[in-house]
Amino acid sequence: MSDNIYKPYVMRIEKIIEEAPDVRTFRLRFTSEEEAAGFVFKAGQFAEYSVPGEGESTFCIASSPTRDYVECTFRKAGRVTGALATLDEGDTLGFRGPYGNIFPLDEWKGKNLLFIAGGIALPPMRCVIWNCLDTRENFKDITILYGARTVSDLVYKHELKDWEERPDVNLVTTVDPGGETPDWKGQTGFVPTILDKMAPSCENTIAIVCGPPIMIKFTFPVLTKLGFRDEDIFTTLENRMKCGFGKCGRCNVGEVFVCKDGPVFTYAQLKTLPAEY
Amino acid sequence: MFGFLTSAGKKIYAPVKKNGILTFSFTSRFEEVEMSYVQTRLSAKSAAFPKIEKLLKYTIGKEGQSYEEVDVEKFPQVVVWGAHPCDAAAFHPLNAVFTWETRDKYFTKRLENLIVIGLSCTSHDENCFCTSVGVHPGDTKGSDILLTPMAGGDYLAEIVTPKGQALADAVPALFSAVEGVDKTQLVTKVEKRFDHQELHTKINGMFEHPVWKEQALRCIGCGACTYVCPVCSCFDIQDEGGIFGGLRYRCWDSCGFGHFTIHTSGHNPRETQDTRWRQRLMHKFSYQPQRQEVFGCVGCGRCSRSCPVDMNISEHLTQIMAL
Amino acid sequence: MNKLKERAKELLTSGTVQVVVGYEKGTGERIRPAFITRPEDADRLVFDAGCHHNLALYLYKHETKHLGKIAVVAPPFVLRSILILTTEFQIEENRLIVLGVTPGDELIEFGSFSEIETWVNQHPVEMKEKDREILKQLSAMNSGERWKFWQNEFLKCIKCFACRGACPMCSCFRCTVDYNNPQWISVGSHQLGNFDWHLMRAMHLAGRCSVCGQCGEACPMDIPVHLLSFQLNEDILRMFGSRAGLTLKKESLLSSFKPSDVENFIR
Repeated sequence: MSDNIYKPYVMRIEKIIEEAPDVRTFRLRFTSEEEAAGFVFKAGQFAEYSVPGEGESTFCIASSPTRDYVECTFRKAGRVTGALATLDEGDTLGFRGPYGNIFPLDEWKGKNLLFIAGGIALPPMRCVIWNCLDTRENFKDITILYGARTVSDLVYKHELKDWEERPDVNLVTTVDPGGETPDWKGQTGFVPTILDKMAPSCENTIAIVCGPPIMIKFTFPVLTKLGFRDEDIFTTLENRMKCGFGKCGRCNVGEVFVCKDGPVFTYAQLKTLPAEY
Repeated sequence: MFGFLTSAGKKIYAPVKKNGILTFSFTSRFEEVEMSYVQTRLSAKSAAFPKIEKLLKYTIGKEGQSYEEVDVEKFPQVVVWGAHPCDAAAFHPLNAVFTWETRDKYFTKRLENLIVIGLSCTSHDENCFCTSVGVHPGDTKGSDILLTPMAGGDYLAEIVTPKGQALADAVPALFSAVEGVDKTQLVTKVEKRFDHQELHTKINGMFEHPVWKEQALRCIGCGACTYVCPVCSCFDIQDEGGIFGGLRYRCWDSCGFGHFTIHTSGHNPRETQDTRWRQRLMHKFSYQPQRQEVFGCVGCGRCSRSCPVDMNISEHLTQIMAL
Repeated sequence: MNKLKERAKELLTSGTVQVVVGYEKGTGERIRPAFITRPEDADRLVFDAGCHHNLALYLYKHETKHLGKIAVVAPPFVLRSILILTTEFQIEENRLIVLGVTPGDELIEFGSFSEIETWVNQHPVEMKEKDREILKQLSAMNSGERWKFWQNEFLKCIKCFACRGACPMCSCFRCTVDYNNPQWISVGSHQLGNFDWHLMRAMHLAGRCSVCGQCGEACPMDIPVHLLSFQLNEDILRMFGSRAGLTLKKESLLSSFKPSDVENFIR
């Protein structure tokens, strides 16, 4: 990485996938071989994506570090994501990263994994899910519970199919009541409700939860009820971030900087933070 | 000394009365410089952390975009002249932020190019409270050479760092050794209002306390306190330019602004002014000391003086200590 | 100012209001806004010619409204601000008790906002002599000299937005500067961007300024930004015959059209 912490790598967009209305995935390649060779990241980390002239936007790296490309998924929501949404395959964008802490996959070896995601929060999870699936022998049972508001809002539809067909993954998908289509074969209900119904065992299991604040608010109590310890529940926080390396002050919550000490936190750690996220 | 420095090609950043206010300004005329003052409007932090700093130039061509760094080797050699011990001491916590695990080369280069000639305080006003936060009117912390005015027009010069020594070696005629000068007799005495370690311990447990709501009622949510503060370092990164090229810069920002922490979704973790006021004080006196082992305040009193509604920080802190 | 303190005590003790927003002594010689919630604290209230903050800006802030019903100590410029804010739907008459105070130490408790309207029309707007002088000098300059004057002043600007914070009429929940799509006004402090900000703000205040001068007073760099709005006020008085803060009629000057409006700028 260059010694200038503000200078982005230039990446070229190799492939664009339309995931859902306003949600897009970019597969990116470094324009510089040298930079590509020196680049390393781990599951959980994020980056600052630039459209020069518009600014930078913060979102996760959605592909697994076990692959040889970098992917990101974003929803068109503001100025920079709006500008990113106008880019085509072959265009370039700036990439600053990787920043943040990582999911402690080494500590999870030999355990069952329960992934719970909602809506646009599947991208940060996808990185760690694929990382685990690519190193499948390290883990025991893997369960994925993913829900969105409607069927069309489900992202990574083709990958959901892959996961469903794999015998070594238990995938449960759900849409909010009212979001189902006539041919919908998955569950119907809010994610916390479905989780309660599934009642997965907490024995030797790590739970990883990502979703909109309201979903997380109702999911944590269900996990606690099911016997999960706070240290075994992981989540990612999203705060407004700018620099990504703990200097600009925006994501400072208590003693913690979400960009440096997070975005991955355990529920136990979250409980020690002031509610400023 | 001043003449020597200007002729050596260094840019001098000194307290000058310009456009009606006394503040740090680049000057090459010694007659303009105030050698006896209580406090300037803006601090000397701009010498290392200016209000706007160009980072990158970008161009967008047929092959896509490219970024070019601003060449830090072109940064000038600067001498901060006549900074009081509070301002000089402030470069240390600033440096702690900009070199915390990653190094900001713009800041570090500017700091490397900087020589600080401090000036001890012979007077103070009711807003100063350096002695309550671990600094004092004759403190050498942060200065390369500290000057203390003596009777008769000379200055007691303490050579504090190798940079200071190199400077003194270049003009030996200006310096002569003295013994037995008691600096404490030459500087003003600022009454200690509280102990900073006790404050740190006390404020740590006060997140849920109702005092923040009371104290913040009159705060108007501007950035004046943040911008005049020699230690505050929050910044924004902005792009300005056209479709073919432009500039990415870093500029000052303040946690006191209502939209500092707002998410694109509209959710704002700090929606009311009291949560933002609390953040200011807890960051300076609790979080920063805890994480970066530096105090976020040097007691210069600028925030209190510049605040349109007299949010006098030492008064607020004294009130907190009394709770 | 005993009448004021007594009345404040009464209002708080009887529970008619939960907070009295006024002035109190600050650091050294300074005065600052005060929020009195307990009757025994009402002794902190002061009023004299040095009370300059425009307290109207607190009247629509969530943090103040949250405390309950408000009584506000109101010198003439605050009275004008209250009327302007009422015409802009920022404050409601039945949630406020206005304790008018004048330089002559008089306490006038207004029974209704139309009483305020009558009063302010009987007491003309006073500009400080110092400000009048500078405006005269500026008017005597040609546009090139004036441009240079303001260029120099805006070089000092650090974009702290204290001017915006101190002004009751800057009531937008999300200021123009806070929008980034597009970024109308530069965030950082540079010469062109600073001009943009101050000129835009002056235009947004044209016809709405209550002549309190607090924007200039609040500026930590002593930039006389209030003069921009004062001059615009005079221009608007000349062109449209009206001044802000003297009426309860809900009619915004620059966003309404009358056939009699001056059109000499269209050539």
